[in-house]
Amino acid sequence: MSVKLTILNQIERVAREHGKILAPLKEDLVLADCGLDSLGFAVLVARLEDTLGIDPFTAAEDAYFPVTLGEFVKVYEHGAR
Amino acid sequence: MVRVEAPSLRHALANTSASRFFWDRTASACYTDLRHGTSLGGRLAELSGRSVVLATESQLTTALALMELDGWARRIVILPPDVDTADLGAVLAAAEIDAAVFDGKTQQSPALNLPVRVACVPNVVPANVSPPVNCHTEWLLMTSGTTGVPKLVLHDVAGLTAAVRARSVADGAAVWGTFYDIRRYGGLQMYLRAVLGGASLVLSSAGEPVADHLDRLAQHGVTHLSGTPSHWRRALMNPAIRKIAPRYVRLSGEIADQAILDRLRATFPQAAIGHAYASTEAGVAFDVNDGLAGFPASYIGPIRDGVEMKVFSDGSLRIRSPRAARRYIGTGQALADADGFVDTGDIIEQRGDRYYFAGRKGGIINIGGLKVHPEEIEAVINQHPQVGMSRVWSKQNPITGAIAVADVVLKSDPDGACAQQTMIKDDILKLCRETLPRHKVPASISFVPALGIGAAGKLARRER
Repeated sequence: MSVKLTILNQIERVAREHGKILAPLKEDLVLADCGLDSLGFAVLVARLEDTLGIDPFTAAEDAYFPVTLGEFVKVYEHGAR
Repeated sequence: MVRVEAPSLRHALANTSASRFFWDRTASACYTDLRHGTSLGGRLAELSGRSVVLATESQLTTALALMELDGWARRIVILPPDVDTADLGAVLAAAEIDAAVFDGKTQQSPALNLPVRVACVPNVVPANVSPPVNCHTEWLLMTSGTTGVPKLVLHDVAGLTAAVRARSVADGAAVWGTFYDIRRYGGLQMYLRAVLGGASLVLSSAGEPVADHLDRLAQHGVTHLSGTPSHWRRALMNPAIRKIAPRYVRLSGEIADQAILDRLRATFPQAAIGHAYASTEAGVAFDVNDGLAGFPASYIGPIRDGVEMKVFSDGSLRIRSPRAARRYIGTGQALADADGFVDTGDIIEQRGDRYYFAGRKGGIINIGGLKVHPEEIEAVINQHPQVGMSRVWSKQNPITGAIAVADVVLKSDPDGACAQQTMIKDDILKLCRETLPRHKVPASISFVPALGIGAAGKLARRER
């Protein structure tokens, strides 16, 4: 499964578990508007570390956090390489 | 606070004419032979009035030496099995130790080169025994040191045995067993219960496989068995548990959740099952025998058996008790607050007419400002029928600072089948979501083959 697909699957799963309704998951979707709250993102990052083996944010020196879904996926694709 | 004087342990030998034993993995000793015998080569008089470090490697020699030394020594420092020899010199100096009792397996250390050194053997040799001088021996224990440097805690026999005397009737037909090491407070309580009740005791052995230990307990016909909830969870996962049929089952040292109490009830339908609250500093505070987790709210406030409990402003349980230790040795730190209450560091919460233990004061996971005790989540996970035991820990998280994740040991290996594992994971998460607020649901669950249990029998929480 591609990194992108894994992320999209996990976002849907977390949303389902947390009873959240998601906006359509497009590249330019602003994460803050996607439907997940901060706890949802926290869980998402922890789950992605389990499935992809990386947490690119905690490992990073800077405190950068992506704005759009496309950027979010890129951070993982970059880290997974 | 009124303290009752207690006769020395040796006096307990007068209560029975029968032969009673200490058994460990490789040897046994008839401790009632100490009426006319010694395990210290008859050199007890040399230790009279001295401050003695009990540096025995085996619990069998520890058990025998304690019985002989009480009433003769001024002080006994009981070294736990995992003591760091680097700290030993400072510890012994602080306690003004001038004599050592060791056995054939004691690891030698310069700190143990003391003016008087006496060897203890794992059996009792006939000897003339003089009546004890009956000095009121001080017993020094080390705290389990789950946080920070271990401290020496000073008890007297009256305080150590008050809980035993308050409850138990001498029951010579009893055979006590414990998963604890008797060199720590929890295990020492079981040792004292056995000895003062005129009963035999099956000792644990470090590194012994659980099945072998259960076999030994069965072989000696154990009737009274105690351990931490973690000890019990591990034992219940072992098929050899079916070989024993204790009539009294006791838990202490960790939170006894409803799941473990129910599983013990189902496994030992005939047994009385009790969980107790005790700590090295505060002593034994109370027993709960109604089969339910937590304790009645009526325990807080009034003085029961001399023990008074209150909830401090931070939610922690504080205890004032004649069973508490008297002071720390070698540290300026006070053991109790100005009113004589010991801070247990355990947070309790009232729900209905009962108090429940939430977890340790220092163990809270802060999830984006929302707080959770790992123990609270473990109690829910442990309710799942396929879960043997679990540990929840804090994982660093870039969004909320931390998040709760769980390691779970299943009762039986689900054939390594990935699909089945995923199904059980989803099922456990569903149980958590139905029972807990959203932030307390673990972000992820990992199946692990086993969870570490520390020297004091508690779930290891420090590292993964």
